[in-house]
Amino acid sequence: MLTVAYALLFYAAAAVLTGGLGFRIWEYARTPAPLKIPTTPAPTTRSGVAFRLFREVVLFESLFKANKWIWLFGWVFHAALLLVLLRHLRYFTHPIWEWVALIQPFGVYAGFAMVAGLLGLWARRFLVPRIRYISAPSDHLMLALLIGIGGSGLLMKYVARTDIVALKSFFLGIMTFNWQPIPADPVLLIHLGLVAALMIIFPFSKLLHAPGLFFSPTRNQVDNPRERRHLANWARELEAGRS
Amino acid sequence: MAQVKEPDRSEGELPDPLEIPDLVPGCMAASKPYVAAPEFQKPLGFPGELVENWQEKAIEKMAELRGKYRSFRVFLDACVKCGACTDKCHYFLGTGDPKNMPVARQDLLRQVYRRHFTLAGKYLPWLVGARDLTEEVLDDWYSYFHQCSQCRRCSVYCPYGIDTAEISMAGREIMDSIGKGQKYSNEIIGKVLSIGNNLGLPKKALKATLEGLEEEVLEETGVPVKFPLDEKGADILLVAPSADYFAEPHVAGLIGYAKVFHQAGVTWTISSYGTEAANFGMFIGSYENMREIALRIRKAALDLGVKRLVFGECGHAWRAAYSFLNTLAGPFDFLDQRYPIPQHICEFTYDLMQAGKLKFDKSKNEHIRLTFHDSCNIARGSRLGNMPGGQFEIPRAILKATCNHFHDMPADTIKEGTLCCGGGGGLLTDELIEIRKKGAQPRMRALQQVAEEHGVTHMAAMCAICKAQFSKVLPMYGFDMEAIVSVHQMVSNAIVLDRVEGASQESEGGEE
Repeated sequence: MLTVAYALLFYAAAAVLTGGLGFRIWEYARTPAPLKIPTTPAPTTRSGVAFRLFREVVLFESLFKANKWIWLFGWVFHAALLLVLLRHLRYFTHPIWEWVALIQPFGVYAGFAMVAGLLGLWARRFLVPRIRYISAPSDHLMLALLIGIGGSGLLMKYVARTDIVALKSFFLGIMTFNWQPIPADPVLLIHLGLVAALMIIFPFSKLLHAPGLFFSPTRNQVDNPRERRHLANWARELEAGRS
Repeated sequence: MAQVKEPDRSEGELPDPLEIPDLVPGCMAASKPYVAAPEFQKPLGFPGELVENWQEKAIEKMAELRGKYRSFRVFLDACVKCGACTDKCHYFLGTGDPKNMPVARQDLLRQVYRRHFTLAGKYLPWLVGARDLTEEVLDDWYSYFHQCSQCRRCSVYCPYGIDTAEISMAGREIMDSIGKGQKYSNEIIGKVLSIGNNLGLPKKALKATLEGLEEEVLEETGVPVKFPLDEKGADILLVAPSADYFAEPHVAGLIGYAKVFHQAGVTWTISSYGTEAANFGMFIGSYENMREIALRIRKAALDLGVKRLVFGECGHAWRAAYSFLNTLAGPFDFLDQRYPIPQHICEFTYDLMQAGKLKFDKSKNEHIRLTFHDSCNIARGSRLGNMPGGQFEIPRAILKATCNHFHDMPADTIKEGTLCCGGGGGLLTDELIEIRKKGAQPRMRALQQVAEEHGVTHMAAMCAICKAQFSKVLPMYGFDMEAIVSVHQMVSNAIVLDRVEGASQESEGGEE
């Protein structure tokens, strides 16, 4: 029963995440940016723009310029999350890829770093009046959700260990449509439930900042308006009959 | 009511220009510009007054903008409320009103967007801070979207590049579409569209002014520097902000352009039809009106048969020209492709300097200890020259060539982090003087620092709005009104003119 529920939950969550995100990306991609609005100084070539986006995605360059505390907590959280996610690949692959095995120890510590970064960000929502002012309940809940995921994960690693072999066969099972029983540990079930919730919320929430950055005209446009005429389709229609 | 402390110039310690104030909720809620009367709304294609079903119409407009502008959609979706922008707006720094924090300003629109266009906002509005578009929300829109000078400083610091200017432009466009426009901007756009310039100067007045300038320069220098109007077949069409024809220190800049053209040995002209460089269509987020204004410049260039297009000193005008003109009114295949289209007067002057064709007598500016105010739309919305950042280096190179004493203001208040003068984005109107004054505070404090440390006496700017705004607010902060100068005023002061017209070729290889 539990196995069926969680299997269906993860099918649903994966469908919402990929479908929803795909739909958003399609929406962003087909919406025109009628004017050249890169925040200057901006790169004058496409490869320059790729490098600018790379710095934003990997280093959080603009955030670094803005505020060192937010940058520190935010960057640590995201970098740690990446390591943690990569580490989790071991539960979805058989045999385990070599590099995934290699990063295991780092991934474990990253779990702590991730929660620490999140706690720092959450503390700012209470302690800095400006940020308290702009925080909606959803902003707090999102952090609570992520901390819940990180916390329950750490709990399983260090306190209430679960039957990880059985869990792995559960996931390999749902990936190959050959269902295997899920271990009925409460902490594990909470952990997985929260992860599924996050996957479902993703396309409907501010988590859209992830694809959004790549579509942000102030960051992804080349600074060459004098050299190349930039014209949206709806603007082209205005030109009919012009001198 | 928030009291912004006046900088006491006799005290020892100077306030940090970027000092973060305490929050004073609602302290600027009453600051709003006059609403446009029907006579100013209708020529722009907007309803004369607030339409009956304005809520419905506003939401329809939002849906339209969401389909036409990727920036609108992505910026409203992507914000995570990290707070990076909260201390970046000069209006927030000067007032402490939390709704002047960029993210909070965006949220005024985002809360309604979420209510109508997102799943969570439709069913769980309390969770994500979604709100219906009530009269109270509309009032906030009108107040706070007119406390944004669209300077883009926040967009530099946002990890996703969210630009509040795009949001305030959209907000104004929505309000225009339901009949709640801003008098100042819309009246001015009407004048450009009917007469040809923001000030409504008819050709006769323009001609008289230019003739007066010719006489004045001749008297002062003994050199017949021309100020041609509507001269067909000239090489260059100069498009300057109309303030350059009557306001101080703007006129001094115009004289500078004319002297540079004289030395370059080129023929040039001003057009009485496409006189205006400024494009307030940008401030109200109206592509159509911005396009109409831009097309006047195209027509002027075609009618006069010029080969080149050069723009005068104006911040948002240069953004509209550099970034948008080709889009709105291009392609300019009838102009000489060897030169940038359009070209900025500073690029023109700088190129001549590089070629050794200009000589400056710096001693003429010896009484001036100078700093430079980067105008926001030039700094963050355009470029000068071939290299990114040329918009910072080229004007400084010109100023340093004309003046012995140059000192930059603190590094976090210039270049891409420059602070708005406080009067941009359609706010340069008398009824908004309180927010203009408070918004200028960070810049005034930065100026105060170089005044104390380096004895700076003057600040140069290359924007008509900056110049007008500073002339007004400098005295409020204890500075001389004439401390603000045009970049080409410095050029005008120091340039060495050849007596004979077209003799510039012989001046090559001067000691400069």
